[in-house]
Amino acid sequence: MRESMEFDVVIVGAGPAGLSAACRLMQQAAEAGQSLEVCVVEKGSEVGAHILSGAVFERRALEELFPDWQERGAPLNTAVTEDRLYLLRDEQQALRIPDALVPPSLHNPGNHVISLGNLVRWLGEQAEALGVQIFPGFAATEVLYHEDGRVKGVATGDMGVAADGSHKHGFTPGIELHARYTLFAEGCRGSLGKQLIQQFDLNAGADAQHYGLGIKELWDIDPALHQPGLVVHGSGWPLQGESGGFFLYHGDNHQVVVGLIVDLNYHNPHLSPFEAFQQLKQHPVLSAYLSGGKRLCYGARAIAKGGFNSLGKAGFPGGLLIGCESGTLNFAKIKGSHTAMKSGILAAETVFAALTQEASGTDLQADFSARFQASWLYQELYQARNFGPALHKLGSTLGGAFNLLEQRLVAGKWPLTLHDRQADHLQLQTLQESAPIRYPKPDGVLSFDRLSSVFLSNTNHEDNQPCHLKLADPDLPLQENLPLYDEPAQRYCPAGVYEVIRAEDNTPLRLQINSQNCVHCKTCDIKDPAQNITWTCPEGGGGPNYPNM
Amino acid sequence: MKVLVTVKRVIDYNVKVRVKADHSDVDLANVKMAMNPFCEIAVEAAIRLKEAGIATEVVAVSVGSASCQEQLRTALALGADRAIQIDTPDNPESLEVAKLLAALIQAEQPSLVITGKQAIDTDNNQTGQMLAALLDWPQATFASAISLSGEQLEVTREVDGGLQTLSLSLPALVTTDLRLNEPRYASLPNIMKAKKKPLEVKTPAELGVSLKAHTRLIKVEAPAERQAGIKVDSVEALVDKLRNQARVI
Repeated sequence: MRESMEFDVVIVGAGPAGLSAACRLMQQAAEAGQSLEVCVVEKGSEVGAHILSGAVFERRALEELFPDWQERGAPLNTAVTEDRLYLLRDEQQALRIPDALVPPSLHNPGNHVISLGNLVRWLGEQAEALGVQIFPGFAATEVLYHEDGRVKGVATGDMGVAADGSHKHGFTPGIELHARYTLFAEGCRGSLGKQLIQQFDLNAGADAQHYGLGIKELWDIDPALHQPGLVVHGSGWPLQGESGGFFLYHGDNHQVVVGLIVDLNYHNPHLSPFEAFQQLKQHPVLSAYLSGGKRLCYGARAIAKGGFNSLGKAGFPGGLLIGCESGTLNFAKIKGSHTAMKSGILAAETVFAALTQEASGTDLQADFSARFQASWLYQELYQARNFGPALHKLGSTLGGAFNLLEQRLVAGKWPLTLHDRQADHLQLQTLQESAPIRYPKPDGVLSFDRLSSVFLSNTNHEDNQPCHLKLADPDLPLQENLPLYDEPAQRYCPAGVYEVIRAEDNTPLRLQINSQNCVHCKTCDIKDPAQNITWTCPEGGGGPNYPNM
Repeated sequence: MKVLVTVKRVIDYNVKVRVKADHSDVDLANVKMAMNPFCEIAVEAAIRLKEAGIATEVVAVSVGSASCQEQLRTALALGADRAIQIDTPDNPESLEVAKLLAALIQAEQPSLVITGKQAIDTDNNQTGQMLAALLDWPQATFASAISLSGEQLEVTREVDGGLQTLSLSLPALVTTDLRLNEPRYASLPNIMKAKKKPLEVKTPAELGVSLKAHTRLIKVEAPAERQAGIKVDSVEALVDKLRNQARVI
């Protein structure tokens, strides 16, 4: 029998959505003179350890949550000074898109280049000062239900379980965290959120969710090349035929962040997002800044980019999904932080109202939905609804033109809605249908191999624990994925977790899962063509230890 | 019996250490910090003595800025009864730490002090020894086993080529080696309870110690990067390279 603890609200995940919800709950309780017990569990070893984002940040939600964010020292240190958008034509040439042809959603005046990791650490401090209990290093691994099917809370994972399932010395069983309401803010493709979406059929009627894999590096560059606030975006080479785009932001302290987002609806199984990113950095548009610099950190994370059309229901009996867990990212702006924060704020207001008038039996979903529809978040996501589908359906040139015209002429306020209903994992073509792609070898200066990259994510998992990547059919990777797609997990995993190897000559091929390399990006859970891989939470505290990512 | 255990806040062992661009020090900006692993072992040893009914109170002490209270709370969550932060700028020298601890120990009067054998940031391996000398107490360093009968402490040490067993009379100081124990996980309810346990802040002035730097950090450099290997065609070529290029045979 596990121990249990009682809270008013339990929040899973200390990211922008979860912490904004926690802060807003406590603010309301303080205004109403009530006491409220709010707990946040976070699987990373500290708040911010698993946070990875570009990031160009829009302040709107932050200003609502903390109008005095400047006095409180929120780490918004670098205002955007210039936006540039490029179309890379090949490995040398690039076309700079004139500002007049850039969709307004990609202009960033008034925004800041930030480290989302640092912003979230700051939000964590604000939350703790407001009385929120934050528990980093504790992974929620199980949804708990009341007998009537209402969500009762979550359980944290057992600590000290050996790979064979036996209990190691120091075994510590998980704890049941019971709450009147539970908010799930695990980020894109959360492992518990995925179960809840199935359990309560939350995505009924919505388009399939769409995803991208974002791979990012943090560089220290030559101070002479550093232009604080310069924001560079682009697309094209080396992703011909598949959609995605790169970013390069100049932050503070002579640091730049550089990354590539590859849409996970890609077709060619030969595509390797990791190697495409390494190749991308050789392009003069990027190497102009990176040359002479030093790579400090590496990481990757999937993003949910389906937007408005893929938004399912957020509410279920006993709680809500918030932030990227529910898909609130605005892909037209390539921004999800302010929308995640806003969804957290709205959820906190919904839950606080329910807590204070519970006798009347509030319908959480109906109330949240009403608040959502009355908010700027709804307007923003609605107006951006065609951006992704236009790019997917019409290609980047025509789709880009469509987006420009839609944003410039009608601001998204016309009845036309483009849909993209097919799930990303169904888009993969077979080897026979696809042209091979050859990537250059890393030069060790601008481009690197997977292992030296994963090393810089500071990822670590307690060894001797059960593998957290579960295969529904352990034979499927070799029997189906290998002949059809040359097991694409070998290439889409940005951390080198999946390897098809032969232990010795004349022994059969086998799939080796290096689960200790995992950076918790969730791509394998999303892109496996047979949906054979389920990402579950490893022992709390494991995973990357990102600094200011 | 009162046990005093020391705790140091250091760069987390999972983090890849990076040198600042100006080589003035290691870059700790935005880096995850944690309790020194040898101190975790020290805390675990103290808690086990308490669980065995030998220790009656476990006091955790850290020297540094207010940020080290985070590691003291971890010690409290693991089972220490109360904590003391001696408030100094970050990274005081080993000798200064030993002097501060010695002054605190005069006031606290523990029967046993357990420290980690070294901290993983600067690898000094000095504070425990200096502290024992300042207190004029018996010391047993690099302990891999501890047992206590009456006033006699028996400590097994790992030495080159075997084990050495020492018998010490209390009060005494022990520094921990890696194999002394395997630290436990702090449970969630205990982390909550730890927030309410007493944590006292003392200044060097209150302890009658004035801090003085005896050493100066001049420069920190990252180790030279390993060069990529090459393949040689024949044994002769290998021998030639080993003899004439590497000069190892």
